[in-house]
Amino acid sequence: MARKLRYLVPLAVFLLLAGLLYRGLSIDPKLVPSPLIGKPMPAFTLPRLQDPEATISDTDLRGTVFIMNVWATWCVSCRAEHSTLLQFAKTGAVPIYGLNYKDQRPAAQRWLQQLGNPYTVNAFDADGRTAIDWGVYGAPETFIIDRRGIIRHKHIGPLTVEVINNEILPLIADLRSEKS
Amino acid sequence: MNGAKILLLTVLLTICLPAPATTTLESFTFTDPGGEQRFKDLIAELRCLVCQNQSLLNSDAELAHDLRAEVYEKMQAGQTKAEIIDFLVARYGDFVLYNPPIKPATYLIWFGPFVLLAIALLLLGFALKRQRRPTDQKPISGKDRQQLDQILGKPGTRTERDS
Repeated sequence: MARKLRYLVPLAVFLLLAGLLYRGLSIDPKLVPSPLIGKPMPAFTLPRLQDPEATISDTDLRGTVFIMNVWATWCVSCRAEHSTLLQFAKTGAVPIYGLNYKDQRPAAQRWLQQLGNPYTVNAFDADGRTAIDWGVYGAPETFIIDRRGIIRHKHIGPLTVEVINNEILPLIADLRSEKS
Repeated sequence: MNGAKILLLTVLLTICLPAPATTTLESFTFTDPGGEQRFKDLIAELRCLVCQNQSLLNSDAELAHDLRAEVYEKMQAGQTKAEIIDFLVARYGDFVLYNPPIKPATYLIWFGPFVLLAIALLLLGFALKRQRRPTDQKPISGKDRQQLDQILGKPGTRTERDS
């Protein structure tokens, strides 16, 4: 028995370590889980991108399931994501709101004019303060918020058709069926 | 360019010295004497989420600039270190802390090494004990003992040749 253990214990330790390291290969350290999941969306009041006189705030967004997409014209991945976002908006599955993050207003307006506008309304966060409250550390980031104003999901990095079909649409269907 | 110059240039280009870690990239002004040191100590403990192996103290990422300004403003407003850390953890999670708090999820990193050390000491103890345990060999008979002592050259059993 003792002799058997002499071989089995190192083997078990090796397998455990190999398993851990193998798991580590598929973890992206750039994806930091947000502590805001399951918490109410942070309060904000920001000017709108298209209409600087008007504002948009978190209270305007209560009572409906929606997507908050953080983007900027300086963000290369946002450009890659944009056509997917446009297609998604066309399906009308869920309203998409934008948080235009540390951007220049004319550049952002031009972007939407030239590439198309998937957003219901864009909040213009020039100094990035609201983004810090939302725990944003890069663009693009996408939040899904339920009817009670609770953040239910965060996707870091560009949206793809797979992400929309596998992560976002099923979750939105779930959130819609929840009682508010 | 001659060979020596090219070599020198190559060496110089290869050696990229890291920037000194004690300077922030903006200058913040502090009225109280210990303020600057406390500010630097605090942001050195906070991780930049963009350049994940750099602290807020020495990261040049845009977000690090913003978060440094945020921490500075909060310090100037009289907030304590704990309040500022809570503010950042609420938004970015424990990941912003280079010094993770002790809680069930972090028991493994905090106590794991000590557990491993204890296991190693335990194994060492067993190994030593086994070594010291007398073997179950039969005692050597008188004649064999004499012969053995002779071979080992033990005193008292010296032969004539030794003296």
